[in-house]
Amino acid sequence: MIHFMLLFSRQGKLRLQKWFVAHPEKTKKKFIRELITSVVARKPKMCNFIEWKDMKVIYKRYASLYFCCCVEKNDNELMILELIHRYVELLDKYFGNVCELDIIFNFEKAYYILDEFLLGGEVQESSKRNVLRAVASGDALQEEGEEPQSLLEELGFT
Amino acid sequence: MPAVKGDGMRGLAVFISDIRNCKSREAEVKRINKELANIRSKFKGDKTLDGYQKKKYVCKLLFIFLLGHDIDFGHMEAVNLLSSNKYTEKQIGYLFISVLVSESNELMKLVIQSIKNDLSSRNPIHVNLALQCIANIGSAEMAEELGQVIPKLLVSGETIDSVKQSSALCLLRLIRNAPEVIKMQEWSSRIIHLLNDQHLGVVTAAVSLIDTLVKRNPEEYKGCVTLAVSRLSRIVTSSYTDLQDYTYYFVPAPWLSVKLLRLLQNYPPSDDPGVKTRLPECLETILNKAQEPPKSKKVQHSNAKNAVLFEAINLIIHMDCDPTLLVRACNQLGQFLQHRETNLRYLALESMCLLATSEFSHDAVKKHQETVIQALKTERDVSVRQRAVDLLYAMCDRSNASDIVSEMLTYLETADYSIREEMVLKVAILAEKYAVDYTWYVDTILNLIRVAGDYVSEEVWYRVIHIVINRDDVQGYAAKTVFEALQAPACHENMVKVGGYILGEFGNLIAGDPRSSPLIQFKLLHSKFHLCNVQTRGLLLSAYIKFVNLFPEIKVHVQEVLSNENQIRNADVELQQRAIEYLQLSTIASADVLATVLEEMPPFPERQSSILAKLKKKRPATKDAPVTYKQTPASQAITDLVDPSIPQIKTVEPLPTQSTGNSLLVDLALGGDSLTETNNHNNLTSSSSNSQESQDNFNAFYTKNNGVLFENELIQVGVRSEFRQNLGRVCLFLGNKSNYPMTNLTTEITNASELSSQLMIDVKPIESELPGGAQKQLQINTECITVFEANPQLLLTYKYKGGGTWETDQRLSIRVPVMLSKFVEGVAMNSKTFFQRWKALGQPQQENQSIFKAKFSVAKENVKARLMGFGFSFLEGVDPNESNCVGAGIVATRQQQIGVLMRLELSKQVG
Repeated sequence: MIHFMLLFSRQGKLRLQKWFVAHPEKTKKKFIRELITSVVARKPKMCNFIEWKDMKVIYKRYASLYFCCCVEKNDNELMILELIHRYVELLDKYFGNVCELDIIFNFEKAYYILDEFLLGGEVQESSKRNVLRAVASGDALQEEGEEPQSLLEELGFT
Repeated sequence: MPAVKGDGMRGLAVFISDIRNCKSREAEVKRINKELANIRSKFKGDKTLDGYQKKKYVCKLLFIFLLGHDIDFGHMEAVNLLSSNKYTEKQIGYLFISVLVSESNELMKLVIQSIKNDLSSRNPIHVNLALQCIANIGSAEMAEELGQVIPKLLVSGETIDSVKQSSALCLLRLIRNAPEVIKMQEWSSRIIHLLNDQHLGVVTAAVSLIDTLVKRNPEEYKGCVTLAVSRLSRIVTSSYTDLQDYTYYFVPAPWLSVKLLRLLQNYPPSDDPGVKTRLPECLETILNKAQEPPKSKKVQHSNAKNAVLFEAINLIIHMDCDPTLLVRACNQLGQFLQHRETNLRYLALESMCLLATSEFSHDAVKKHQETVIQALKTERDVSVRQRAVDLLYAMCDRSNASDIVSEMLTYLETADYSIREEMVLKVAILAEKYAVDYTWYVDTILNLIRVAGDYVSEEVWYRVIHIVINRDDVQGYAAKTVFEALQAPACHENMVKVGGYILGEFGNLIAGDPRSSPLIQFKLLHSKFHLCNVQTRGLLLSAYIKFVNLFPEIKVHVQEVLSNENQIRNADVELQQRAIEYLQLSTIASADVLATVLEEMPPFPERQSSILAKLKKKRPATKDAPVTYKQTPASQAITDLVDPSIPQIKTVEPLPTQSTGNSLLVDLALGGDSLTETNNHNNLTSSSSNSQESQDNFNAFYTKNNGVLFENELIQVGVRSEFRQNLGRVCLFLGNKSNYPMTNLTTEITNASELSSQLMIDVKPIESELPGGAQKQLQINTECITVFEANPQLLLTYKYKGGGTWETDQRLSIRVPVMLSKFVEGVAMNSKTFFQRWKALGQPQQENQSIFKAKFSVAKENVKARLMGFGFSFLEGVDPNESNCVGAGIVATRQQQIGVLMRLELSKQVG
C-alpha cells in the first residue's frame, strides 16, 4: 500500500501531498523535507527506487516535476512506477498537455483526480477512461447544478 | 495565468499569482497574512457569505495550508459547505476536511452527520464523495459510526460499480485503523465473490480489501484462492485487446494481476487439484511471455510486463515447491542482471536474494556469481551495489565462501561509507560460518580491521576473541598474526584491542621466537598505548598484568610502566585504580596467587554469534520474504551482556570473621515465591524472545544476583549485581528490544527519601536516548546503613514512538533487587558455638519464628542452594536432628555488623 504521495518541483517546492496514513503535521513536514532532499540529489541514470526508513520510495521525474510515492517494503516497485505514469496520463488528459502551472492553479482538481484513481493507498480504478468519466461527471454536475440555482436565487426563491 | 478549469474562482487564481510573484519568503508571508486577515474578517463580518464566497475563502485557506503555513480557522465554514446542495461547494468542503481536519477535531461529529446524509443520497456522486472522505480520514470514530453501513453498500446488488469500488477501499481503510470495530463475518462469502465481478474496476478494488481481510483471518477467506486463480488465469490468457481499458500498454490488467498474485502469497501451496494445475500454468504463461518479443518499445510496456513477472516470481519463491519454476525464474532474473535498465538490474538482484535461500534454486543462483561480483565493481548507483552485496551474502556457502569473502574485502576498501558497517558485519558472519580453517577466519577478521577498522563494531572483535579463546588450535597462530599486524606503524585501535587481549592471553605461545620475545611483545603493545582511548588503555593495562604472570622475567619492566606517574596519578579513575591495583598485585602476590588470579580465561559458553543480532538490528526489515511455511532455522536475537573488553581478574576475598550482635530471623517465606519459579532465568544469555507480555522476575533475585529482572515487548532489563559487606553495586542493563529509539529516558528512585536513613542509593546518570536494538547500562551504587525492609523502586520514563505516528510516554516501575539478604555473608561455626550463641539470643525482640508451607521440594540439596542464595552459610552436622537445616550469617550495615542465626525445621508431613 502507498503511505503517501508527493509532487514537487526541481527547486524542491511541494506541489501536492497526499497522505494515506495519518501522521502529525510535524512528522509530515519532516518526511517531506527529507524526501525532497534525497530525491532531488539523485542522478538521472540511477534506479528509481530508494530504501527509506523501513519503507521504500519510488520516484520519477516528468519535466520539472518529481512524482514520488512512499510504499511498503514488499510493494511491487515497477507497478508503482507505472501508477505514477498513469496519474501523469490522467492529469495530461484532463488538463490537455499538463504543465506544472496547471497543477498549481488547479490544485483541487489534481486532488479530485487522485481520489478517483487511488483510495486508501490502493489503486481503485486503473482504467483511464473510467477515472476521467468520474471526474467529468462531477464537473458536469456543477454546471447543471449551478445555473438553475442562481436563477432561483435571482428570483428570490431561496 | 493559465486557464482555470471548470468553474474557476478568479479571486483564488489572482491570489495564487500574487504568491508566485513574491520575490522573497518575507514578501510571501506578508501577502499570506494580509489574505488571512481578510478572510478572517469576512468570516466574522456581519454580512452573510454566499456559498461561492465561502468556497473561495475555504479554498484559499487550503492553498495557504498546502504551502506549509498553519491554519487555525475556517473549519466551521468548511463543514457548512458539506451540506451545500451545490456539488463544487460540497467538494471543496470535503477536500478541506480530508486534508486539514484531524481525527480528534471536535467538529468530527458534524462531519460524520454530513457524511451520513450524503451516503444516503440518491446521487452516487455524492455517495462517492462521502466515501472518499471516510477513506481519507479513516478515524476510529468514523468506523464506529459508519462501519455498519459500508459493507452493505459494498455487497448490495443495487449499488453501482463506482460506489462499490469506493466502499471496498473505504472499508479497507477503516479496518486498518480500527480492526476491532468492523465486523465482517456475515459478509465474507459475498465479499470473496466480488472476485468474480464482471467489472474489472470492482475486482481491482475488492482484491485489496480481501488481501487485508485474509491477513486477519486466513481460514475464513480461504475460498478466495480458487477464485483468484481462475481470475488470474483468465487475465493472463487473454489477448490485450480483450480487456479494453484495463489493458495498459499491451499488458492485460497489470495492477489487478499483481494484486491477485500477492493475494495468493498469503497461503501455502494449495491442495485443491484445480488450483494445483491451473496456478503453475498461469505462472508458466507469465514466464513465457517474458521471452516473447516486446509488443512496444515503450518503457511502460516493459515495466508493466515485468511488474507482473516479478510478482509471479515472488509467488514461485513463496510456494517454494516447484523446482522447474524456481530454476526458470532464476534464469529469467539472470538475464536481467545485465539489462541496460538500472531498475531491472536492481530488482533482479533483490529477487535473486530470495531465490538463493531456496534449496531448489540455490545452485542456479550461484551460476551468476561472476556477474554479481562484476556488478559490485562497476555499478554506478550505490543502491544497486548494496543489492549486489546482499545477494553475495545470500548465495554464499562453503564452496564459494573464500572467493566471496575475498571479493567483499577488496570491495570494502573503496565501498561507500553508507554501507561499510553492514558489509563488515556480513563478512564477519560469513567468515565465521564457513570457516573450515580457523586461521583463515583470524586472517579475515584482522584484514577487516585493517581495511575498515572504523566500521568494525564491538561485536565483531568480541567475537574473534571468543573464538580464539575457545579453540586452542588457533591460539598460537592468532598470537603470531596479531603480533605481525601490530608491527604496522599505523594500526587501528580495534587492532590494538584484539592484539592486547590475545597477546595477554597467549603471548607465551610465540615467546620462544626471539623476534617476538616477551620484552618485544610488551614494548610493541606499549608503543601504541599513548595513541589509545581510555577503554583500550584499560585493556592494555590488564594485558600487562597478565604478562607479569606469563613472563616473570619482564616483571620489572611492567612495574616500571605501572608505577609511572602518568599511570598511578592518571586523571581517569579507572586507569589509576587499575595501575595501582595491578602494581600492588605484582608486588605482593606470590607466584601461585598470581597464577590463580591471572589464569587464562576459561572458554566462553558456546552460543550464537551476537554479530547476527547486530546485523538484524541494522536492517530490521530486509525485504520481507513472503511468509514461508517451512520452519526456517530461527536465529533469534540474543542479548549479549558479557563484555570481554575488560579481562576479568579472579579475586580472592578474605572472609569476614567478626560476628554476633542482634539476631534477626530472615523471613524465609519471602523467598518462597521465588522458589516456585522455575529457574530458567539464571543466565543472562538465555534467549528471551518468546515472552510477549511483561514479566517481572523480581522474586528470583532473592537467591541470585544476575539475570533478567524484567521484560516486556519493548524493553528488557538485565541485572548484574555484586555485594560486598555493606556495599553493593547493581548494573541494570536496559535493552531496547524494538527497532525504534526511546528518547527522553529518565530514571528515578521513587522511594529514595523514605529509604534514605536505611539505604543509600546512588543512581548514575544515563544518556537520554536508547536507540533501537541498543543496550545501555545504568549503574546504581548502594550502601546498607541499617536494617531495611522496602526495596528501592526505580521509575523509568521514556518517550516511544515505534513505527507509529504518536509518541507515547512510557512509565515503568521496577523493583530493584536490593534486599537485606544481599548484605548477608555466611559464617562457618561449629555446633557448640552455634548453640551457645543461639541460647544467648533469648530476648523476645531478638527472636522470630514462623511456620510456613513449603512451595517447593524440601530435598536437602534444594534447601541448601536456597539458603546459600540468601547469603547464609550452610552448617552441616550442627543440629542434632539431621533433617533440620542450620545457617549463620552476618548482616553488614554501615553502623554495625549483625550476626544472624537460622534454623529451618523441615517437616515432611502434609498440612
